[in-house]
Amino acid sequence: MSELLITGAHVIDPANGVDGLCDVLVRNRRIAAVTSPGELTGSLPAEKRLDAAGMVLAPGLIDIHVHLREPGQMHKETIRTGTAAAAAGGFTTVVAMPNTTPVNDSVAELEWMLAAERGAAVKLLAMPAATVGSMGLEITDFRALVRAGAVGFTDDGKPVLEDEAMRAALLTAAEVAVPVSQHAEDTRLTGGCSMNAGRMAFRLGLRGMPVEAESRIVERDIRLLREIKQVEKLRPHLHVQHVSTAGALRAIRQAKEGGLHVTCEAAPHHFTLTEEAVGDYDTNAKMNPPLRAEADRRAVVEALLDGTIDCIATDHAPHASHEKEVEFERAPNGITGLETALGLALRVLHRERGMPLARVIALMSAQPAKVIGLHQRGNLKVGSWADLVLFDAAAEWRFAAKDSRSMSKNTPFDGAAMLGRVRATICEGRIVYRA
Amino acid sequence: MTKLAKKAAVLEDVAALLSGTPQEPQPYRSLYAPGSLLTVEHLSIADVAEIFAATARLERMAGVDRARVLAGRTIALLFYESSTRTRTSFELAAKSLGATTTLVSDKSSSIEKGESLKDTGLTLRALGAECIILRHAASGSPFLLARTSGLPVLNAGDGMHQHPSQALLDLRTMLLRLPQFDPARPIDAKTLDGVTVVITGDILHSRVARSNAMLLPRLGARVILCGPEELLPEDAMGLDMGEGRALEIERDFDRALQQADVAMMLRIQKERLEGLSLDLAQYCVQYQLSAERLAAHAPRALVMHPGPMIRGLEITGEVADGPQSAIEEQVRQGLAVRRALLVRALGATA
Repeated sequence: MSELLITGAHVIDPANGVDGLCDVLVRNRRIAAVTSPGELTGSLPAEKRLDAAGMVLAPGLIDIHVHLREPGQMHKETIRTGTAAAAAGGFTTVVAMPNTTPVNDSVAELEWMLAAERGAAVKLLAMPAATVGSMGLEITDFRALVRAGAVGFTDDGKPVLEDEAMRAALLTAAEVAVPVSQHAEDTRLTGGCSMNAGRMAFRLGLRGMPVEAESRIVERDIRLLREIKQVEKLRPHLHVQHVSTAGALRAIRQAKEGGLHVTCEAAPHHFTLTEEAVGDYDTNAKMNPPLRAEADRRAVVEALLDGTIDCIATDHAPHASHEKEVEFERAPNGITGLETALGLALRVLHRERGMPLARVIALMSAQPAKVIGLHQRGNLKVGSWADLVLFDAAAEWRFAAKDSRSMSKNTPFDGAAMLGRVRATICEGRIVYRA
Repeated sequence: MTKLAKKAAVLEDVAALLSGTPQEPQPYRSLYAPGSLLTVEHLSIADVAEIFAATARLERMAGVDRARVLAGRTIALLFYESSTRTRTSFELAAKSLGATTTLVSDKSSSIEKGESLKDTGLTLRALGAECIILRHAASGSPFLLARTSGLPVLNAGDGMHQHPSQALLDLRTMLLRLPQFDPARPIDAKTLDGVTVVITGDILHSRVARSNAMLLPRLGARVILCGPEELLPEDAMGLDMGEGRALEIERDFDRALQQADVAMMLRIQKERLEGLSLDLAQYCVQYQLSAERLAAHAPRALVMHPGPMIRGLEITGEVADGPQSAIEEQVRQGLAVRRALLVRALGATA
């Protein structure tokens, strides 16, 4: 019988209201007990005890939005390297997006991706494509895909633009009780655009994506939810990915108040950086949705503080250096994010904005678990999977891209200040990262 | 000595006085090779004065002496977009200084086979190029080339972003041709005090507009941008460098012209419109610089155009060829100013 007793840590388990000194016993890969300090110490030999005094012990982090590039784009990342980066960042569960080559839109693709042979270091889940080939027209076989493990559907990287396709996706997702995760971008307004619209884009001579390109799709999707509720008496779950604008957040806040099932995520770069980071055409500051103006960044922070935003998700999007070292307009969108998410969230939300540590942890574990309907992860309930992150919440350090476990180093946070350093990540009772 | 040359000589002496001025801190210099000119934002007023001083010195030199300034040096012209004026004047400027030039264009090189800008730059460097003059359709590409090649790069126009040598030649044309300008005064933040420059037309797609709107106000000019909303969005105020200098938007062309000491006209860049629909007949009614309009509203203003111009669209032939036009002078100044930029890029003395 495998056992591990983690002693002396400050345990934070937002789902169960735990926030204090506790010991945690792991047995057979699951949480066996959370007790007062010292209660179980005598029952286990020293080699099965891990002294975690001075550390925070929390549910392993959950990232519901990552690009692992396998199959088909393995020069950028593989499931093995991407999940190793996840483990280093304190994540024990990641949800892979479907824009691989080929697109993950079938049971065969999904099963291949989730197979043990891929070598995932942490729990790997996936959201297959909402439409065949992510072409935005005909929806995929939601039922079969959910049976094979799908935790939601998305055409991420692209929106489901057509009303009819989105309505069909929402209706079918409601029947199988998973979210439709929308990349909210009205691509009719963003052709040829490579950064946020505004004065900075004008000065740099770059075509800009207006904030309305995001809010219009969010508003359209909410209208569809309302219609479906009235006509079909169904309550589909819309999840809005990487929200970056005040306008979209206003619409989401209203929809939630109106009783619709809408959740959303924010990416660390959208609450830490603004369009100013583009600087001299730094392609590591190019992503979609783009870095926005300061007013929008602040709106994202406020929405994290007031609970409008349900969770933090990285949109980890690795690209090879030769792909990013090109003209700004030609560079692909996206940055890596798994190893910088916790350090940025603690620095910006906890230290600078006073968000309680337990709230930051909830945004990165219990709440993303809830968005995709996980019950045995994202919490330290007895019987749940022993997914744990142990970190030094006071450690200040600087991220170095060269030390990343990811195959790609495309990050605007090379050298950036971080707060809180992961010391160990435990996934289903196995130590998958240790520093 | 011609009147213009005399005026230029005074400019040079004034610049010499300024040379003791301490440089503003410029951190970009560590990222990009000295002598690079990527955007007018990197130019201090002292830099402009030095460039104009060198321009004047080179102008006064005998041809044989000039041809020794860059003898034995190698300059590459890398052109991903078509160009008549800029390419020819950079090339003639380099040759008149004795440099060896090589022209690489996207149509007849490995660029067609998919070679990246970085690799093209490294190849030119390995072949001995000491400076690259880049024209490219992608905004910001000179920054990439300068970072990856380590060579001084002269931006000869990048997308909708910048065309810094154009702004310098426009400025020098104004200094030589405007009656208001007092050649005895040093080039400083007040040099263009009292001068109003109206830039009219397709501001949205114009790197020339951006370059001038970001350079001229720092020398004291008031710059008015004029054009319809589609071609001149409010975001154009992003060109305002702050510090209380004047940049304004005026939609009414006649009203703008009435204030103009300089009327700078721009071409409608059909190749960059990207689905934007524009009623050209209506545009001409509102924004074409015709002889009648000029006589009625700005009878003494200097008329400028960076070229290429479409006669009969943004400007009539009569105005382009008329006595107020400085368009050919601009081209001449292009050759003169670009010589100085090449000397600066290669760290030579003139």
